[in-house]
Amino acid sequence: MKEEIIIAGFGGQGVLSLGKILAYSGIMQDQEVTWMPSYGPEMRGGTANVTVILSDDQISSPIINSYDTAIILNQQSLDKFEKHVKPGGTLLYDPNGIINPPTRKDINIFQIEGTEEAGKMGNAKIFNMIIMGAFLKIKPIVQLENVKKGLEKSIPERYHNLIPLNIEAIQRGMSAVKEVQKV
Amino acid sequence: MGELRLMKGNEVIAEAAIRCGCDGYFGYPITPQSEVMETLMARKPWEETGMVVVQAESEVAAINMVYGGAGCGKKVMTSSSSPGISLKQEGITYIAGAELPCLVVNVVRGGPGLGTIQPAQSDYFQAVKGGGHGDYKLIVLAPNSVQEMNDFVDLGFELAFKYLNPVMILSDGIIGQMMEKVELSDIKPRMTDEYIAKNHGSWATTGKPGSRNRNIITSLELDSAKQEKFNHKLQAKYAKIQEDEVRFDTYKAEDADYLIVAYGSSSRISKKAVELARAKGIKVGLIRPITLFPFPVKELNGFAKKVKGMLTVEMSAGQMIEDVKLAVECSIPVEHFGRYGGMIPSPDEIVAALEQKIIGG
Repeated sequence: MKEEIIIAGFGGQGVLSLGKILAYSGIMQDQEVTWMPSYGPEMRGGTANVTVILSDDQISSPIINSYDTAIILNQQSLDKFEKHVKPGGTLLYDPNGIINPPTRKDINIFQIEGTEEAGKMGNAKIFNMIIMGAFLKIKPIVQLENVKKGLEKSIPERYHNLIPLNIEAIQRGMSAVKEVQKV
Repeated sequence: MGELRLMKGNEVIAEAAIRCGCDGYFGYPITPQSEVMETLMARKPWEETGMVVVQAESEVAAINMVYGGAGCGKKVMTSSSSPGISLKQEGITYIAGAELPCLVVNVVRGGPGLGTIQPAQSDYFQAVKGGGHGDYKLIVLAPNSVQEMNDFVDLGFELAFKYLNPVMILSDGIIGQMMEKVELSDIKPRMTDEYIAKNHGSWATTGKPGSRNRNIITSLELDSAKQEKFNHKLQAKYAKIQEDEVRFDTYKAEDADYLIVAYGSSSRISKKAVELARAKGIKVGLIRPITLFPFPVKELNGFAKKVKGMLTVEMSAGQMIEDVKLAVECSIPVEHFGRYGGMIPSPDEIVAALEQKIIGG
């Protein structure tokens, strides 16, 4: 198994921490992982993205220019990364704020109403775990039990009481994801 | 097996320093390496091991604090990124001239000048050929993973004390900012005063007992004949390091028709390029210098007899290529491919450069 993922959206949406929890979950499942952020003069409201690779074997380059899965959380990121999904790969996006939806015909496309579902749960911060759930439903590359362990490792202990809420959000994402196009 | 964590390269430098019994870190913040001091400040090692962590008033102050600590026989270090390392050069040459051990970490960003905060490898010449004035050399280690950021802190100190010479870890913004799985080293206690007096008492300023002469920490010698003799001693030391401390790694090099030569993060990207090129039927391998000084001269020369050409891949306009050409004595074509100024080469670009510059050329 090798999964090369780009997660891209606005700063403040939890893009980097989603990637970190995913990577930690991979470690809990004995996988090799890399997490490479775009870093720079970026801030809340600007764009943020992170490349996460999970693999059963050693990972060569942490820098790649085509992806098995793109998780897209705003229009700018869709414009930038849709073309970099491998043919036959997967694009998962939140339609909130998307004016020009994806147009590729050679990739699998899924939607997750992450913003709306987080609103229903009454907690905007849980948004990224809803997205995580949607991704894991499509690509069950790590088991939920290892995601829980990953959360325990990446969240400071004083917030461990919030782990059940995070798991709930993941399960909500799993059930709310919609298939748009399958190739 | 040590503890497994997901950490950034920069964070690991800090954690490894604490775990290997480092006595003092002196630094000044600069992107993309600020997490080194941030992590140390959050970890508060002074409460745990007594390790001192100081945010100095400038890079110049930080390297001179390192000079002072090293003179006392302590395990001391600093870290910075390119413009900050330039500021430290005077101190580094003094430390080399005074024959003291220390560890300097450079998480390289694009230049020249203030340049960019994005990753680069354009400080190779500075690290390997001197940087400061005078005939001196640093031992230069080039990690290509977060795990090696951990491992090379302890190794760096070991070499620094073995040769009484500054050691540089030449990293870059990719390795510094990237998170990977890392197995942390076991905790070593800091050296006791008794240990330092016993093992470093011949050179360190540990308080003069009646049984020996004063130890003087200096890089000044106004008698040129003596200074030349001292330089001979340094050159003999560098020759021994060249003989004994070369480290390198290869990937699919045994049956290769062509070789990519790359260090640090470029070697990771090049490894993927090797996979892509092999899938196209091109027999290419990778040789990765782990020590940049001492450079794997003999090893490259040996490979030059087996392959048709070499491509150096660096995030610079072409610096290490000079050492590769010298190593192979220009017996085969050697070409350079680089992206720089903060741009990162993609594996596809490397394969294209290999096809155009080496195979087609």
